[in-house]
Amino acid sequence: MGRSFGHKEHLVRVAGLFVCGLLAFLVLQALLVPRDFGVYGHYRAGALDDNRARPVTFAGRAACVECHSDVPDAQKGGRHEAVRCEACHGALALHAADPTEQKAQRPDSRVLCARCHQMNVGRPVRFPQVDVAEHAGKEACTSCHAAHNPGLGGEAGATP
Amino acid sequence: MRTDRRDFLARSTHLLLLTGAAQVAFESVLRGEPEAAPNYKTTDHWWGMVIDVEKCIGCGNCVRACKEENDVPKEPFYFRTWVERYHVPEGNIEHPEVDSPNGGHDGFLEKYRPGDGSKNFFVPKLCNHCAHSPCVQVCPVGATFESPDGVVLVDKSYCIGCRYCVQACPYGCRFIDPRTHTVDKCSLCYHRITKGLTTACCEACPTDARVLGDLKNPKDPIHEYLRTHKVQVLKPQMATGSKTYYNGLDGSVR
Repeated sequence: MGRSFGHKEHLVRVAGLFVCGLLAFLVLQALLVPRDFGVYGHYRAGALDDNRARPVTFAGRAACVECHSDVPDAQKGGRHEAVRCEACHGALALHAADPTEQKAQRPDSRVLCARCHQMNVGRPVRFPQVDVAEHAGKEACTSCHAAHNPGLGGEAGATP
Repeated sequence: MRTDRRDFLARSTHLLLLTGAAQVAFESVLRGEPEAAPNYKTTDHWWGMVIDVEKCIGCGNCVRACKEENDVPKEPFYFRTWVERYHVPEGNIEHPEVDSPNGGHDGFLEKYRPGDGSKNFFVPKLCNHCAHSPCVQVCPVGATFESPDGVVLVDKSYCIGCRYCVQACPYGCRFIDPRTHTVDKCSLCYHRITKGLTTACCEACPTDARVLGDLKNPKDPIHEYLRTHKVQVLKPQMATGSKTYYNGLDGSVR
């Protein structure tokens, strides 16, 4: 066979090697690159679904008020009207899925309220803040303030 | 039946065309339908976030919520979102004192005296979900990407843990998960926003200092907000196309 190509034999050999290399590359690429790679861009399209697959731990306010419809009424017009349930009560998707087995815990007001309302110079000046120890002593915040509508002196929801 | 050459050619051409069409159809079946969630089309959304610095009270709710929702390692302290406290001596915005004890996870103990002439405020931070992300550009394997709905995501099964993106992110939003040795970052709660919920941090924020917005939805209040407020992105000089807009951002914030 070598004879038949004469002086061009070395070129044919190189070309043969090149074709073999190309074939090997194409076969490996087909085997290794996932089918959905490059559908939207230089990534695996299935990664979108992988990211989507995680379970939800915060149920969202809409799920809470399906049962606790009295709370938005209590919040209405108050300073905590816009505060969503799980901002204070914590992640409750499990409770929303199975309200009888998974009970929600009532938060400790001394810890919870202080997270937002303890005096701190970094907080916006108009935000209501107190030195909790000086303001309440050992008293629980909820003995004076209704958590869902913590009115201040004279406002609706204020308790003496 | 007699077949002449004309017939034969016409039929073969039809067959060839059909094979091609079948091939295209078969390929799209093989790669699966990515729009598995009903009623959610990636092309209908373009997610961003608005952060109002003047509303942030540094309670750390967002940090705790994010850790819980996204299984972010509790110890050592890694974060997908965190809160920074800025202490700016009067007029000296070039040299702010910044701290973020445990990322703000446990709140901020009072450290500065009121009335010392300084300016103090909190700045929540998270992935800016840039439209031209430096982190995406450097990934050598296509493990991180901007999704069609504008969220920068990580393909954990593809990440080789080379840490290139960790260095490329100008905002320091990425870390290597010590359990999997792959990169992790804010996914803008992709599993929530594709189901019509807001992100865990926005859900838990008591003052609405951070609000998720869909920039492709003309009815989303984010448009009104961006029109009526003087907003800024972090490090605009880097032209990252950040979609996390800050209202009331001080010049000292880096």
